[in-house]
Amino acid sequence: MRSLRSAGGRLRKAGGSWNRQHGPERREGWGAAVGAGFLVLVGTGCLPTLPPADLTFINGAEPESLDPALALSIEDLRVTQPLFEGLTRNDPVTAAPRPGLAERWEISPDGRTYTFHLRPGTVWSTGEPLTADAVEFSWLRVLDPVTGAGYASLLFVVEDAEAWHLGRLPPPARPAFRARGPRVFEVRLRHPTPYFLDLCALPTLAVVPRAAIERLGEAWTRSRPLPVSGPYQLEFWRLNDRVRLRKNPRYWDAAGPALEVVDLLSVAHPGTAFNLYETGHADVIWDRNLVPPELLDRLRARPDCHRFDFLATYFLRFNVTRPPLDDPRVRRALSLAVDRRRIVERITRGGEQPAGGLVPPGTAHHQSVRAVAHDLPAARRLLAEAGYPGGAGLRPLRYLYWTAGSGAGQEHAQIAVELRAMWGEGLGVRLELDNREKRVFIAAQRALDYDVSQSSWVGDYNDPTTFLDLFQSRNGNNRTGWADADYDALLAQAQAEPDPARRAGLLARAEQRLVGEAAVVAPVYFSSGFHFYRPDRVAGIYPNLLDVHPLQAIRRLEGGKPVQRRPASGR
Amino acid sequence: MRYVLRRLGFMGPLLLVISLLAFALIRLAPGGPFDRERQVPPEIERQLQARYHLDEPVLRQYLRFLGGLLRGDLGPSMRYRSHSVNDLLAAGLPVSLSIGLLAFGLALGLGLPLGVVAAVRQAAPAGHLANAAALAALCIPTFVAGPLWVMWLGVKWQWFPVALWGSPAHLVLPVLTLGLYFAGRVARLMREGMLDTLPSPHLITARAKGLSEAAVFWRHAFRPAVRPVVSYAGPMLADLLTGSFVVENLFQLPGLGLFMVHSAFNRDYPVVVGLVLLYAGLLLVLNLVSDLILAWLDPRVRYE
Repeated sequence: MRSLRSAGGRLRKAGGSWNRQHGPERREGWGAAVGAGFLVLVGTGCLPTLPPADLTFINGAEPESLDPALALSIEDLRVTQPLFEGLTRNDPVTAAPRPGLAERWEISPDGRTYTFHLRPGTVWSTGEPLTADAVEFSWLRVLDPVTGAGYASLLFVVEDAEAWHLGRLPPPARPAFRARGPRVFEVRLRHPTPYFLDLCALPTLAVVPRAAIERLGEAWTRSRPLPVSGPYQLEFWRLNDRVRLRKNPRYWDAAGPALEVVDLLSVAHPGTAFNLYETGHADVIWDRNLVPPELLDRLRARPDCHRFDFLATYFLRFNVTRPPLDDPRVRRALSLAVDRRRIVERITRGGEQPAGGLVPPGTAHHQSVRAVAHDLPAARRLLAEAGYPGGAGLRPLRYLYWTAGSGAGQEHAQIAVELRAMWGEGLGVRLELDNREKRVFIAAQRALDYDVSQSSWVGDYNDPTTFLDLFQSRNGNNRTGWADADYDALLAQAQAEPDPARRAGLLARAEQRLVGEAAVVAPVYFSSGFHFYRPDRVAGIYPNLLDVHPLQAIRRLEGGKPVQRRPASGR
Repeated sequence: MRYVLRRLGFMGPLLLVISLLAFALIRLAPGGPFDRERQVPPEIERQLQARYHLDEPVLRQYLRFLGGLLRGDLGPSMRYRSHSVNDLLAAGLPVSLSIGLLAFGLALGLGLPLGVVAAVRQAAPAGHLANAAALAALCIPTFVAGPLWVMWLGVKWQWFPVALWGSPAHLVLPVLTLGLYFAGRVARLMREGMLDTLPSPHLITARAKGLSEAAVFWRHAFRPAVRPVVSYAGPMLADLLTGSFVVENLFQLPGLGLFMVHSAFNRDYPVVVGLVLLYAGLLLVLNLVSDLILAWLDPRVRYE
């Protein structure tokens, strides 16, 4: 009590002094608070309200770059495709290559020389003429390692391109493509390549503005206005928000695109994406990973859910460098023991097809291969033959996979658990689950620090080689330690084969070897894709294997009818 | 004044140590910025490593980074290759600042009265209600509260946009989500402070001097009672200003919180280090500010 009173006394003294000293300041304090509140209100009032776009797409994760040569992910590709066009462009319905910047081309009888004729009067969105030199510059730039183009190897089908890329071509020799005059571009290929025109439609091979690149280097995509060659030009790119595109009035087919302003939203959170869509703030969701997976079952019954097949395979890699998986019989036994139907019916449930090969059905120039199917007795026999009857004497295997917050990431975990049950009950094989963060997963896979690894692959162009090339001995995406001279030879033979049927046969033999005899990979299923859009609101999106949907074909409907196009100078 | 200078003087070396730790730790994490599902050709990977000097010894890289820092350049982003870290900060900071300041205002504007009511009317229904509200706001984490707000105010009644950044209306739900949570914490601290202060004899003395209830409350009760809130407000503001990942992810706001997490996932080394430095710097400065306010509130507090 005593001490308290004395403390009170001290405080009172101090309190007295506050009264005198801080009376006015207190009022100032309130004034400051009111002022700050006012400032905040004014500040938020000044936040400019963005005029709405004609159509809004949910594109997924933030694009890494608007530079088509650097585009890697599907999100990057969907943003760069409307901005930069190549010699060909994709048909909106079938995704087959159609004339783009080139109005026509001739192919030599041996199928190796392509002569492209550019459209007369083609200009950049900034008005400068677009000539064949720009094509040559763009392709050389992709091949130059300094550019860091992840898909540079697509151009290796061109004669001397790989050697030039590796610096093994004595100067002044150059890859075998060149501008012959302002409107003629000639390419000489190493082999007849039935999918070469498909490649020309990919953003990697699109035409980019030399002057801006030489002036600004890597930051060239930030020059405004950005000179583009495609149907849309860049209005702005706000990181983690959106890329806004506006029709390019100088595009050679400027009458084609129906939408004046388009927003591609960078929204990766499925709940957020779905809320935006449901409340009418977005018109199209491009990806099944962008809706909450727990809703997928219910959404599939709705008319705005559009399922399609595309070039994507879910499979398992085996690390063939360490026992017991260095024995192909063990690998094949594991592959035979996977009940693929059970996985697609109980886990993925999106209409996926159980996979018996690596290349999805419907791929062009492909002969269907059924190298593996669920066969438990055969699997047990093989395992016994390899010296592990009933799994006896087999060490536990480590299954490497990754999970992300939601969506497909969780499916990897469910599939891992299912595999453990299948292999455990069916073969007596113990599986240890090794869940990693994605980058760690990739690093571990590259370093062959796994026994079995979850994998998937999306084809870049419509040909079996977009899948089969992965497992060539020296391919950086092989990641199994498998190096097989016969497999490499089969692919090389197929590459050189001018007859399409015989080529398809050779590729099928290679696939049979990879999935069947050698069982380096165990295919699980061919993926399904989903788009979400209301058919009475959006038209011009067609399902195709490449999952390519040119923006210039997409239209907005109101009450099921096309919307009157707004004049370009409207805003 | 000397004290302030000394504290500021300490910040330099401290930030240096923090930057070194961030620099080294993120490089220790397995996987690099160019490890991807689709491997780039080896020749290109070498070029990329060389361009970002990842092929050099780490110490050399760090010195290079320090050199850039002296010029105010935090280096290039290894993921968003046409952007530098400075660009990313310049783009994200205004968004995080607006959301953070508004949420801070909401947290104090709501939390302080709530805490006071909860303490002053401790036994009355109003006090119980205030206390319960504060507890609820505090106990429901933002990743639960946010989706609930979105469900009711965004999806069901469509009063406010559910996400994105583009108009003042877009601010409402994120600020509500973030501000309410911190308002709960502020209210609890305020209540504790108030409960500690109310029985103090100096208030009786003040009343005995004939001061009005308002004067007693503002000058003699509130000032000492608000101290715990002030010391908490510094780190809270630093948290709010650098962006909340949960809220920015949920509402797709182009702020710093998203970069903070994504850059770590992407092993975008320079962005990670830049953001850590920014956060550490803000934290140190705001802590200093809250200490100074504490000294102003309570003359017994003296810093030597």
